[in-house]
Amino acid sequence: MFTTPELEAIRKDFPILFRTLADDRHLIYLDNAASTQKPKPVLQTFQKFSESSYANIHRGVYRLSLEATEAYDQARKTIANFIKAKSEVEIVFTRNATEAINLVAYGFARKYFHPGDEIVLTELEHHANLVPWQQVCQATGAKIVAIPFEPDGSIDVEKVIAAFSARTKMLAITGCSNVFGTIIPLKSIISAAKQQRIVVLVDGAQLVPHYPINVQELECDFLVASGHKMLAPSGIGFLYGRREWLALMDPMLYGGDMINEVWIDRATWAEIPNKFEAGTPNIEGAVALGKAAEYLQHIGLMRIHQHSEALANYAASALQQLPNTRVLGSSNRSGIVTFLCTDVHPHDLASFLDAEGIAIRAGHHCTQPLHRKLGVPATARASFYLYNTQDEAERLIEAVEKAIHFFSGKKVFFGQPPVLKET
Amino acid sequence: MSLEHIYQTILMDHYQNPRNAGTISNATCSLHEHNPLCGDEITISMKLEGDRISKVAFDGKGCAISIASASMMTEQLQGKSVNDAKQLIDTFLSIMRGEKEFADHPEFEDAMALEGVKKLHARIKCATLSWNTAKKLLSES
Repeated sequence: MFTTPELEAIRKDFPILFRTLADDRHLIYLDNAASTQKPKPVLQTFQKFSESSYANIHRGVYRLSLEATEAYDQARKTIANFIKAKSEVEIVFTRNATEAINLVAYGFARKYFHPGDEIVLTELEHHANLVPWQQVCQATGAKIVAIPFEPDGSIDVEKVIAAFSARTKMLAITGCSNVFGTIIPLKSIISAAKQQRIVVLVDGAQLVPHYPINVQELECDFLVASGHKMLAPSGIGFLYGRREWLALMDPMLYGGDMINEVWIDRATWAEIPNKFEAGTPNIEGAVALGKAAEYLQHIGLMRIHQHSEALANYAASALQQLPNTRVLGSSNRSGIVTFLCTDVHPHDLASFLDAEGIAIRAGHHCTQPLHRKLGVPATARASFYLYNTQDEAERLIEAVEKAIHFFSGKKVFFGQPPVLKET
Repeated sequence: MSLEHIYQTILMDHYQNPRNAGTISNATCSLHEHNPLCGDEITISMKLEGDRISKVAFDGKGCAISIASASMMTEQLQGKSVNDAKQLIDTFLSIMRGEKEFADHPEFEDAMALEGVKKLHARIKCATLSWNTAKKLLSES
């Protein structure tokens, strides 16, 4: 964990953490798996760039446009360095991880997949790494092979490898479950996939903000991430793709900036990565994302991971002690703890905690198949990040305990109701 | 109004001791609806005698607000004519949308305890699930 002075210094960078409630207590933000808050250096970069260097990129010959283009290109280099890509041309800016997966689904899978081809994924996947592949299957006749998760929320590497066949074209797998927080042993899974020439896409939406990534060591073909889960503004994310795959892929959007030459009846495309960035992109967002990546690197991703993991582990074991409370998943937890209280519906719990100034998530967290498998429609999830404290984790536990007392005690209407007799 | 107020007494009483919970053995119509976003499920069954709702019951699972609201609704609809029931439901839905006020409609009695839910925007759909289900059931019957 961070030391107290380290944590105080980090927290000072995040103005929103000092927002107070009616009784002067600070807001406690524990929904970091959904979206994270922004530190001053990111906010200042965004503002300074907008105030002094903003113009459209890749077209003006005037100074402002050149400065803006330089800042945008520099952000691409920073992201390439952040995940240790070989070259910045392997980074495509997108709106978010979802758009990045869709880009691979449209530009790559729809182009090359045939009837009977198989896409292996896991039952942990976020809808963003499932629904686009369903659409690929509808369009191409390929089919999805889903690997079940283990009772502790982990993925059995052997089960994934056993699912690979001569028909397997692609493995689309999360690097970290957004429900259980489980970090997936990607290295061994991907090296097995590579031996069988299977193309691998890693959904890094939860992994990239919490864990140092080296795409060259990992040997994945694609990696996607969202800026808003890693201290950057919403509306910016990226796709990493190996140069040779990106070159083969078709664009998903057509228009300005992605072209080379245009005639009235036809056009040719720009080189990668520009051919995937049609229209004026989110320039300020990309510049801010670059700053966010630098900020995370400066603090150290491994230390961030250890800090959030320690808080989540503490919360998990303390919640487990509360009456009729069940923590889901147990192995290799990143900053996430998902739980259920028998006597309190997750939505009632979230409203109750909100009144205590604590923001958590309640619902299916965009993983309906996973929740169906668990046999519950909704769960409660608290997710920690670099700026959360032990004190906040303790206040979460106290508030959950208070909610359990408030809602339980009497008969609760769940399960088999009585049949009314005719009077 | 504090959250504890919203959840207080009347609402918690309907949640923990729901009225007309279950099914009706000789129902003339019923409808099952669910909200896939939060997993709330409800089945409303009714016994219609001519133009009158002689019996109404609900069965389902969900959060305190959705169960309490369903319980309150059954009390309201019991014995009403189909037209009066439809009108009452429409008024309730208008109130939850902020277009009308409970203050002008004292006939809602216990259901007026849902006033506070209007402020919890994310939870309004919990309070309206049963009423929307009953509306659909009545318009289909």
